[in-house]
Amino acid sequence: MARKSKKGEKQEMEMVRIYIMGKEYKVPAGLTIMKAMEYAGYRYIRGAGCRAGFCGACATVYRKEGDYKLHADLACQTTVEDGMWLVQLPFTPANKAIYDMDKIEADDKTLVNFYPEIARCVSCNTCTKACPQELDVMDYIQASLRGDIAKAAELSFDCIQCGLCAMRCPAEIAHYHVAQLARRLYGKYIAPKARHLEERVKEIEEGKFDEEMKKMMKMSVTQLRKLYNARDIEPEED
Amino acid sequence: MAYPKEFEKSIRKVEETREERLKKLPERMKEKEKDELLKKWHPDYKPEAKRKLKVGVSKGSIVPNEVADIIEAYPLIKPDEIDLSQVDYEADVLIIGGGGAGTAAALYAYYEGIKPENIIIATKLRHGDSNTIMAQGGIQAADKPNDSPLIHYLDVIGGGHFANKPDLVARLVMDAPLIIKWHEELGVMYDKKPDGEMITIHGGGTSRKRMHSAKDYTGMEIMRVIRDEARNVGIKVLEFSPAIELLTDGNGRVAGALLYNLETEQYYVVRAKATIMATGGFGRLHIQGFPTTNHYGATADGLVMAYRVGAKLRDMDSVQYHPTGVAYPEQIVGLLVTEKVRSLGGQPVNVDGEQFVHPLEPRDVEAAAIIRECYGRNKGVVTPTGMRGVWLDSPMIDMIHGEGTIERRLGAMFRMFSRFGIDMRQEPILVFPTLHYQNGGIEIDADARVLGKNGTIEALFAAGEVEGGVHGKNRLMGNSLLDTQVFGRIAGINAARYAKKARKPRSLSLEHVNKYVQELKKARIKEERKAPLLLPDYRGKEVLSRAIDIL
Ligand SMILES: Cc1cc2nc3c(=O)[nH]c(=O)nc-3n(C[C@H](O)[C@H](O)[C@H](O)COP(=O)(O)OP(=O)(O)OC[C@H]3O[C@@H](n4cnc5c(N)ncnc54)[C@H](O)[C@@H]3O)c2cc1C
Ligand code: SF4
Ligand code: SF4
Ligand code: FES
Repeated sequence: MARKSKKGEKQEMEMVRIYIMGKEYKVPAGLTIMKAMEYAGYRYIRGAGCRAGFCGACATVYRKEGDYKLHADLACQTTVEDGMWLVQLPFTPANKAIYDMDKIEADDKTLVNFYPEIARCVSCNTCTKACPQELDVMDYIQASLRGDIAKAAELSFDCIQCGLCAMRCPAEIAHYHVAQLARRLYGKYIAPKARHLEERVKEIEEGKFDEEMKKMMKMSVTQLRKLYNARDIEPEED
Repeated sequence: MAYPKEFEKSIRKVEETREERLKKLPERMKEKEKDELLKKWHPDYKPEAKRKLKVGVSKGSIVPNEVADIIEAYPLIKPDEIDLSQVDYEADVLIIGGGGAGTAAALYAYYEGIKPENIIIATKLRHGDSNTIMAQGGIQAADKPNDSPLIHYLDVIGGGHFANKPDLVARLVMDAPLIIKWHEELGVMYDKKPDGEMITIHGGGTSRKRMHSAKDYTGMEIMRVIRDEARNVGIKVLEFSPAIELLTDGNGRVAGALLYNLETEQYYVVRAKATIMATGGFGRLHIQGFPTTNHYGATADGLVMAYRVGAKLRDMDSVQYHPTGVAYPEQIVGLLVTEKVRSLGGQPVNVDGEQFVHPLEPRDVEAAAIIRECYGRNKGVVTPTGMRGVWLDSPMIDMIHGEGTIERRLGAMFRMFSRFGIDMRQEPILVFPTLHYQNGGIEIDADARVLGKNGTIEALFAAGEVEGGVHGKNRLMGNSLLDTQVFGRIAGINAARYAKKARKPRSLSLEHVNKYVQELKKARIKEERKAPLLLPDYRGKEVLSRAIDIL
């Protein structure tokens, strides 16, 4: 029942022309680039991961006929258009810095020390234009350069590490690696610690729940069911 | 508006009833009501969609047809044609699968004292291309003063219809706060209040607000942090190199795996002192033809490989359909609409704008209610491709929590719908259940050791979606990310401890595969199917009908 009805599905399917690495294929309009390539006969090994906009495996660049711009997008989240010339870039060579989170500090030089190339940014904004997540990529690089870790972490939070920014950057920066470090520094050193969490871990380590847990584990289904059905449920409102 | 004209009337009705609905939620169902609903409308209760396994340790147990198809399938290789005398990689701990469970296992094996160069993660796609990276809603842990692991225990086991293994549930809930603490120390950016208190909300079937999140990119945030850490410590990762069979020492001890380089098509022999199965779930089997939320590599390979070496399966008769998959637009049909949309106040309503179920029933109940609304009561919205769905009234979220909430806390959802011209702040979204989670799997004990017919299978561990027993017959949201981290950790630690004491396996064998083939033949299973599947095939039918294999 989850499938669409077979009836009438195929009649008058509107087709569009796309060029996969320069070769022309006719595919049904309304498919994503990913599904269109499959329709055309490609079976992915690289270039497909989550198929839902979360993993960055399907980075794709394309030009449209009569349009000078080189577009960058995710194949799994972009609908094909007539006259699209496309190629996938499923891998970005980029060096990641190696660090020991326990030994480094979150000061205003940390990011630039690990990634000195961010100082080469010429503020051309190409990275921002390439980002399929529409993040303010240049701004997070600038924030990183200023040492504003919190800002860099916040602005880059939705980064899916697809590498498209890094492929386009004239200063050869690996933006998403810089951002990864910024977020980890923020999460570890700048965000306030959850005290209730520490408390609970201590209670568990001291064995506070052990006795009762043992009892629970031995309960019959009838006993458990009774307890379960009588649970009080924390109200929805904040 | 990007919705077709036919939807307009119905959307107007949803808008008209919104004010009233804000004031009152439908009652939660009583147990008896739930049971009746499930029996009649949940896809899992259709006997014709399942069958008994004809071979192996769990012969006789009932599983979905699609699972039986890959269990009752022949291997990809002919064992006699494989040269096991040349070992390509040696490992103390081999981890199969680079998702959340596998990566946590690798890190804890390292913390336990195994050198990073002696830990190998072999994975099918890139490191992190997995179901883990797609998890949106959150991860559960009872770390608030009004909550406790005991209450969490009750929620898990009740949600699982009391079929869970008690010792696994106890580990899950008792270790949960420890895992969140570990994440905090690694630098995972959980949503917090200015004083550091975790922002936690309800999920389907929870009795306390214990769902921790990192916006609606929770799995991505966890995955990219632990992956970054694995890279920092130097754990070896073999990408695009799925395992296609386990190896044994010929005496029942698992001794590594045979990998397949998807690009060069050559095989690699990995000899390992201990092996951890962390291959995730089975969404890409498209049980009963349902679309799925799962990543491209979710083809249940781990079940197949472990079963051939003698692992028991459990709770495979129950499948989790997520109540809210996308029903429109067509490009993204089946993808997940996170439960958080309902946690934050979005209500499911029918074509006439009426409520028909409490938004936060356990998943199976919620899904069955939506199917009944569409097919039993004919109150669904029909899409241009003939699919049916109900509305999820997302604009209520900003009305309840203030403008900007959707963009701030449901950024991924908002972005996905915007890409296809739908503004979920203004318009409701159309949903229908989608294949989501493998509730059951390989049976393990509380030390993450895999169980066979006669106790544990030596040197084999499992963690994450591939194993069963933790969630019984139904997993609650937020407990599977937790499962991957808790049991990934336990598997990593125990595999490391085992490896430290064990010798290298002296010989390598695929004899168990030969035996399995004999059993298949004895059961008169035709040689028409091969497994593991590795990747689904979505090539166009017309192309396939004219494809020839000549190179
Ligand atoms: C869209 C979506 C949303 C979700 N939301 C939530 C949520 O909010 N909260 C929650 O708790 N849970 C959620 N879940 C469930 C949860 O994400 C998964 O159950 C969990 O992450 C599984 O982790 P895993 O490590 O076991 O498997 P995965 O993360 O899937 O990792 C398995 C890895 O093994 C690889 N692999 C597969 N076969 C082989 C092979 N033969 N050889 C080598 N490698 C192989 C895969 O490619 C993959 O990289 C969600 C799931 C999905 C799909
Ligand atoms: S910031 Fe760069 S790597 Fe991250 S999503 Fe945008 S383009 Fe991709
Ligand atoms: S593309 Fe590179 S140089 Fe240009 S703004 Fe972005 S980071 Fe700076
Ligand atoms: S396949 Fe993961 S973002 Fe497209």
